[in-house]
Amino acid sequence: MALFTYETKKDTRSGFGAGMEYLSQHNPKVVALCADLIGSMKLEGFIKNSSERFFQTGIAEANMIGISAGLTLGGFIPFATTFANFGTGRVYDQIRQSVAYSGKNVKICCSHAGLTLGEDGATHQILEDIGLMKMLPGMVVINPCDYNQTKAATIAIADYEGPVYLRFGRPVVPVFTPEDQKFEIGKALHLVEGTDVTILATGHLVWEAIQAAEALLDKGIKAEVINIHTIKPLDVQAILTSVKKTGCVVTAEEHQYNGGLGDSVAQYLAMNHPTPMEFVGVNDSFGESGKPAELMEKYGLNAEAIVAKAIKVMARK
Amino acid sequence: MQTQEIQKISSQVRRDILRMVHGCQSGHPGGSLGCTDLLVDLYFSTMNLKTDATGKVVFDMDGTNEDLFFLSNGHISPLIYSVLARRGYFPTAELATFRKIDTRLQGHPTPHEHLEGIRIASGSLGQGLSVAIGAAQAKKLNGDKSTVFCLMGDGEQNEGQVWEAAMYAPHHKVDNLIAFIDENGQQIDGPTEKVMSNRDLEAKYKAFGWNVMRMDGNNAEDIQNTLNKAKAELGKGSPIMIIMKTEMGAGVDFMMYSHKWHGVAPNDQQLQDALAQLEETLGDY
Repeated sequence: MALFTYETKKDTRSGFGAGMEYLSQHNPKVVALCADLIGSMKLEGFIKNSSERFFQTGIAEANMIGISAGLTLGGFIPFATTFANFGTGRVYDQIRQSVAYSGKNVKICCSHAGLTLGEDGATHQILEDIGLMKMLPGMVVINPCDYNQTKAATIAIADYEGPVYLRFGRPVVPVFTPEDQKFEIGKALHLVEGTDVTILATGHLVWEAIQAAEALLDKGIKAEVINIHTIKPLDVQAILTSVKKTGCVVTAEEHQYNGGLGDSVAQYLAMNHPTPMEFVGVNDSFGESGKPAELMEKYGLNAEAIVAKAIKVMARK
Repeated sequence: MQTQEIQKISSQVRRDILRMVHGCQSGHPGGSLGCTDLLVDLYFSTMNLKTDATGKVVFDMDGTNEDLFFLSNGHISPLIYSVLARRGYFPTAELATFRKIDTRLQGHPTPHEHLEGIRIASGSLGQGLSVAIGAAQAKKLNGDKSTVFCLMGDGEQNEGQVWEAAMYAPHHKVDNLIAFIDENGQQIDGPTEKVMSNRDLEAKYKAFGWNVMRMDGNNAEDIQNTLNKAKAELGKGSPIMIIMKTEMGAGVDFMMYSHKWHGVAPNDQQLQDALAQLEETLGDY
């Protein structure tokens, strides 16, 4: 049976673009920067309304992060945008020194995260960005699941004072969360109630987790699905309450095991409530070229993989 | 301010630098001494700083409607700390805590410890010019007519990000910015000419679209004249770069003409020998 339905599929980056267009009209302190990827980042709407608040940096991401830090002086809220590989890994030290350690109110907003950018291959498919960003003290890390949630998150982070990493992607995925949702940073969302296994998913894997829960239900297994859109700060109370009920947990993300959502959950549970756990993610390897769905299947990042891990972890209870 | 007064303050700042570095037996005296004359001029004469009704400087992070200075080569932290304290941002007694546990005067400057006068962490080289450009653009967006200053090292010109920023500022007509390169010709592994030659910095920045000037960074009069000339060029469509020749260790004879004192603290005897060359003009902390 269908636990969730949807009418359209859209890319999460377009949700970001829609959020930026909204901010161009509603928050005069928001400024945007982009490193030669306006079309890919869906910034046309923002630029159309607020060209004086847009800064083209050229293909120079390190400089873009520094300029963003400087723009905060005077009260602006810079949204620095590019692909996730170039906006995190390439400029880790700039973010560390000029943004995080300096406590600057910069929003680093990156598309094309993970395997689902597809054919461009591993040079562009960063699977380490959540880890890099969550290690920085004070950095908020958000990975919304669909168009509507990405738009809501984009609008919400402008009202939060402090550095944020917002991660989204290129492929079209089902739009199943409410259009008018209010995004609350750090507040996990229960999507499916269940008693047998907890599935904690983030980003594109949230829809796959719902599909997995449907498949499990057909086998008589009641999975609980929670959308962990904010990896840091982690909603540990929601996680603890759920795993106390189900007794086991699977995490699912388009990221390495190392440094991802799963490793944050494992660290928390190991210290507070040791629980059998399985991981859906990329296990210490780079990606490769291919169609997004082919890659997600090859690397075990889809509903079938979540089902298999759920059955495996339940046997460990 | 008269250059004689600036020189008096510089003498005290140089004493502070030596005593701070000696006090924790670590830090970077060479470049700090070399850039003293510039920073004293900026903070005591050239820059328009926010003050209260009594004339005391007041610090707020945004720094709107006042001139801003960004130190990109953050290892010359003893200098900026001394200048900020002597200018009245925080008590000079705090200089004694430099690089010691629980201090706000970290080895490299940071706003993380809420030290008045510091707006960005620096010391991981190559980042300050970008930050200064961003701050200058924020001023333009706010209709704020004040000026942004930024100091880099010549060794720092090795960093790629410097050249990203060098390309960006003229393209975006950031003409409320005066940047400096401390051309002391030295970096950690030796003379810049041997480690990684900058070749002709003036020609490079000119080719990038900057209005380039030169000055003697250890001559108070030349600093003042050049800064006046630079200020007259603000708002004309181009950022300004002043390449200033300095001597590392300037003011202490045995610390000059060598890169040896880049990151080495003087011992007790060396401190006494150095202090004997610098008049105590404002009272040691």
